[in-house]
Formats: sequence, structure tokens, C-alpha cells
Amino acid sequence: MREATLWTLHLAAGVVILVFLSIHMGIMHLEDVLTALGTGYRDALGWASVVMRNKQLYFTITYVILLAAALYHGLYGLRNILLELGPGPTAVRVIQGILILLGASLFVLGTIAAIAAYVR
Amino acid sequence: MCQRNEHSGQALSDEIVREVVFRVQRYSPGQDRPVTREYRVPVTRGMTVLDGLHYIRDNLDATLSYRFSCRMGVCGSCGMYINSFPRLACQTQILELNSDLVDVRPMPNYPVVKDLVPDLSQLFAKHREVQPFIIRNEQELEHPTAEFLQKPEELLRYLQFTYCIKCGLCLTACPTVATDPRYLGPQALAQSYRYCADTRDAGAEGRLRIAAGRDGVWRCHLAGACSEACPKGVDPALGIQLLKRLAVLRALSLKKPHSPAPVAGKRTGVERRPGIPQPPPPTVESR
Repeated sequence: MREATLWTLHLAAGVVILVFLSIHMGIMHLEDVLTALGTGYRDALGWASVVMRNKQLYFTITYVILLAAALYHGLYGLRNILLELGPGPTAVRVIQGILILLGASLFVLGTIAAIAAYVR
Repeated sequence: MCQRNEHSGQALSDEIVREVVFRVQRYSPGQDRPVTREYRVPVTRGMTVLDGLHYIRDNLDATLSYRFSCRMGVCGSCGMYINSFPRLACQTQILELNSDLVDVRPMPNYPVVKDLVPDLSQLFAKHREVQPFIIRNEQELEHPTAEFLQKPEELLRYLQFTYCIKCGLCLTACPTVATDPRYLGPQALAQSYRYCADTRDAGAEGRLRIAAGRDGVWRCHLAGACSEACPKGVDPALGIQLLKRLAVLRALSLKKPHSPAPVAGKRTGVERRPGIPQPPPPTVESR
């Protein structure tokens, strides 16, 4: 049932991406709507706004969650594509090892960046 | 004026309504690559592609090889790739193709034995792999005393999947099978669901280990081509999605295995209605 768990996580990661990407798109591109709603958000793409968001714990946490979800969703999809090319058992192990290593490295790198932006 | 087709036994009109060209892919073992041959075939009303192939073999080229048996869409032997779509030759009316050219090729995604005869051993091996039979750990299967009880609504959960005739057209249509030969494919997976959903069965756990493994249901891309191609109206794509759901619910422990349906007890207080005869004695001695 390992494959069933991995596939369920893939779907769950897709839902997480949908939610957090919607928030991101809303903040970045619906400035007028957010202003009209009285949120006080202006100049979302400006340097000061970016730094201000990075200093908020809420955004740091969402960045890390979104990063984890996007990495898992994308790399699981890539694994599926590669496995459909019909590699042998050893090649499957190598592919999975490389993808896990790649995913973990990118996650650590992205998390360090998000935390560094928060604490500075 | 009618005559009877010597192969299909169907009443056919004598009147030739059209002449079509059959472009048939030919291949013999030892050849480097297949070649195509064209045959002019007079078409009468009600004539199927299989009838056309019979005409070619009887009148134009006796060396043409193709597989058929029942001629009525039951045995699943005459699956072919006709005008770029997987179909049963015996169910495909030539006039309904609305074309002067009938392109007939062996089913893709299978090795070819000769001409239009595919090697279906992979289909049957995959079918066997998913354990397509009732599994119960009890003597009742070997020495039955009565039937297993099942409600009509329980039967409806898997009924459509029992109509599979193992023609293999769904595997021909499946884009994943085309690229990944290890993928179990829509036929086997739909049959896996058919037995997992059967309340008389107690072997879903072992069956799911195979069907929900790496080469199982997760490789399906929801193209739906299998369901479109099925000549019996079965929806294997639906079976695969239902099997996915079952596997996920089991993996998350949200659905427990059902208790297998009980054996019907001995009937008491029921008498045969007057006038209904007794069944004949068994012709085979029970062990």
C-alpha cells in the first residue's frame, strides 16, 4: 500500500498548492480588489512590501509549506513519467534516490532562504 | 432474394450496394516488416468487416490469416484495428464505416503472430496476475453445499465488469500500455475491481497488493480510451478509478475489509409449489 499512500500525498499536495497559490496570486495580482476590501495592501511587488512580507511569520510558514508541497507534487509526477519509460529495478532505485536527494536539497535550501529573510 | 452467409449464417441480401477497397496489413514470421495489400470487395447490406475478410480469403487470397470464432461479439477473438479504431470485426458493419476504404490492421500494443492475428499471451498473463477469481479460505469453495448470499444491489456494484469478453481492445486503445509494457492495463485492473467489489470474495488484500502496486492503477492517465473502445460497453476506466479509491481508503485505514457473504442456510418451511417438477438428478457424482 506504499504506492497508495504516495499517490494520496500527491493529491493532498495538489490541494495545498491550489490554496496557497491562490493566496499568492491574489496578493500579487488583485491589489485593487484587496484595497477595495480594506486590507490596506498596496504595491505588492515593491521592495518594501516584499521585505515586509518576509518579516511576517505567517508568510515564512506558508513559503515553507508551499515549497514542500510543490517539490513533492512535481517530483512525484516526474518519477511517474520516468518509471513509465520502463527502467529496470536498479535504475528505478537510482531514479528514486536522485529525486529524493534533489527534493530534500531544494527543500533545505528554500527553507534556509525563507528563515534567513525572516530573521534579518 | 436472400442467401445465407456460409460462415456467419446471417441472411444477406444479394444486392451489391457498394464496392470497397480492403487495405489489409500482411505479415509473415521471418519478414522484416509488414506490407499492405489491397482487395476489392463487393459489399451487400448487413455485411461486416469479418464477412469481408471471409470474402477475401474465399475468393481472392487464401493465405490471409485472421482469428475469429463466434461471429456475434461474444468470444472476443476478432479484435482488429479497423479504420484507425479498435473494433471487433464481427460487430463492425462495412456500410456504417462510411468509407470506400476499409483499413484493417492487427491490434497495436501486441506482437503479431501472422497478418491480423495478434499474440494475446500478455493480456492473459496480466489477467491471471490479478487473481480474477473468488478467494475464500474455506472448504465451501471445494465442496459447495449451497450458494453464497448476495443482495441485488451488491451485485450491481460490479455487474458491468463481468461483461468483459477479454478481447483485448482496451489494451490496444490505452496510451499507457503503448509506452509501458509492464502496466497491468485496463482489462486486468477492471477485473481486479470486479472481484474486490464482490461481497462473496475475501481476497481483496492480496489482489490490491498487485493491482495497487507500482505497475498498477497509478499508471492510469485517465485518457478513457479503453472505455470508448470496449465493444461490450464496459467502463474499465471507471473500474480503475474505483480500485484507486479502494486502495487509498484501505491504505488510510478508512475502510475495513468486508466479511465475506455467508453461505445460504438450509431452507426450512418452504415447500415446492404444486405442479413444479423436481430437478433432474445430477449427471456428475459430487465428490
